[in-house]
Amino acid sequence: MPIFRVLNNHQSADIYPLDSFYKPEDKTLLHQYKLNGYNIVLDTCSGAVHAVDDVAYDMIELYKEKPIDEIIAELLVKYADREDVNEDELRACAEDIAALEASGQLFTPDSFKDMAGTLKERSGNVVKALCLHVAHTCNLNCSYCFASQGKYHGDRALMSLEVGKRAIDFLIENSGTRHNLEVDFFGGEPLMNWDVVKKIVEYARSVEKNFNKNFRFTLTTNGVLIDDEVIEFSNKEMNNVVLSLDGRQEIHDATRVDYAGNGSYSKIVPKFQKLVAARGDRSYYMRGTFTHRNPDFLKDVLHMADLGFRELSMEPVVSSPDDPLALTPEDIEIVKEQYELLAKEMLKRDKEGNGFTFYHYMIDLDNGPCIYKRISGCGSGTEYMAVTPWGDLYPCHQFVGEESYKLGDIFNGVTNDALREDFRACNAYARPECADCWAKLYCSGGCAANAFHASGSIRGVYKPGCELFRKRVECAVMMKVAKGLEE
Amino acid sequence: MERIKTLNTKNLCETAKKGGCGECQTSCQSACKTSCGVANQSCENKKTSER
Repeated sequence: MPIFRVLNNHQSADIYPLDSFYKPEDKTLLHQYKLNGYNIVLDTCSGAVHAVDDVAYDMIELYKEKPIDEIIAELLVKYADREDVNEDELRACAEDIAALEASGQLFTPDSFKDMAGTLKERSGNVVKALCLHVAHTCNLNCSYCFASQGKYHGDRALMSLEVGKRAIDFLIENSGTRHNLEVDFFGGEPLMNWDVVKKIVEYARSVEKNFNKNFRFTLTTNGVLIDDEVIEFSNKEMNNVVLSLDGRQEIHDATRVDYAGNGSYSKIVPKFQKLVAARGDRSYYMRGTFTHRNPDFLKDVLHMADLGFRELSMEPVVSSPDDPLALTPEDIEIVKEQYELLAKEMLKRDKEGNGFTFYHYMIDLDNGPCIYKRISGCGSGTEYMAVTPWGDLYPCHQFVGEESYKLGDIFNGVTNDALREDFRACNAYARPECADCWAKLYCSGGCAANAFHASGSIRGVYKPGCELFRKRVECAVMMKVAKGLEE
Repeated sequence: MERIKTLNTKNLCETAKKGGCGECQTSCQSACKTSCGVANQSCENKKTSER
């Protein structure tokens, strides 16, 4: 199937009278940008993406600002030296724009706000994903760990099999008609409680068919305890494994150290390579964190690629602004440049047959999420919850340890209904700062935990995160355009 | 001359008519763990998937 639809060009102005589209009062969320030699127009509310030349780019920019005759006059002056730009050509371009608007692919009005409040209500109190904190302890002592070396500012603890089984039962009982249920084994370091992990998987597999469910498991690990048995079990049972590696050895070892202060790179990289080699086509992510120490994180992404890993993810550190590893405003500018360079390098390597994927650039334009998902976001506190080793429920793993964010427990269910309602009300239209943001249907209003840590409220906004998110979407869409134009 | 090329994308307005089935992956669950983005999720509902 071709990536591009060819517009039915030059439809009659009688069918699409241009003046009827001059409605400056319409609120749309159009985003135009130029990146890597491409002119891109993103129509947020329809999801449409257009690659345009300079003339169409300018005309679209002016289209809602002034009548078409004025636009044409202005562009005739601007492009006076271009042979292909004459009045007939410009009118044809205007007709194309009008046709796109008429077909709901350009200047699409932002009409979702009224439905935003009701979308999450439709799902009732369904829970479909749990993050199981099977070990609140860790064999590494990473200085940037948002989980405070796995303890989440509390005591060290391991989840018992009884609690794990009860968590599976809780998920089944609360999942309504949802078929696909997700369970992430998280920590701390989940391999420090590996026998319980295996038995929880075994239990879930033994009951899933009785309830018409399909469990999808993920293991997130620092790799220290990976051995052949872990590899075999994980590659059989885990839909995804998330392997923590920060890239270059000097970067990784500066932060990801054991309790004696020794870096973990040399110990874990061969294990990760062995696990991935044995994994076949099943998903995995090499997942790194970049900090103030390496805003030039492209080098770390490429290092992971050069180690032979092909599914990569690299995230900005989550920390308080006074943490020495926190990204500074200067770092943010460097990081934005790095995202652009990364996208260009990925396109280059892809052409050379040496490509890799980057989590945030895996945008699915053709079969991506519906508007329900786009508005409602990650589901933290409603569809998705974290479970502590002793069975308490929190809106997500990043809220564990914040006592005021405890939702309830797996034995008695959600008892803090007001908190669940707060999270239910969090969506792409919940924050005034997002009202005019073109990216809100890509981020769904952003991460509640990031907002909480930055502003003290889940309804707040983590502005540096927004800047980086917008840059990532721009890069991801640019890559789609680049590949589409090549075909 | 063709000045505009349009990518094949799912029309969000069409998906609004049917609501969501909720079967898709939880955004943060499988990889990032520290930021939310939904655009890279795939639709699990092949029957109601709209272009």
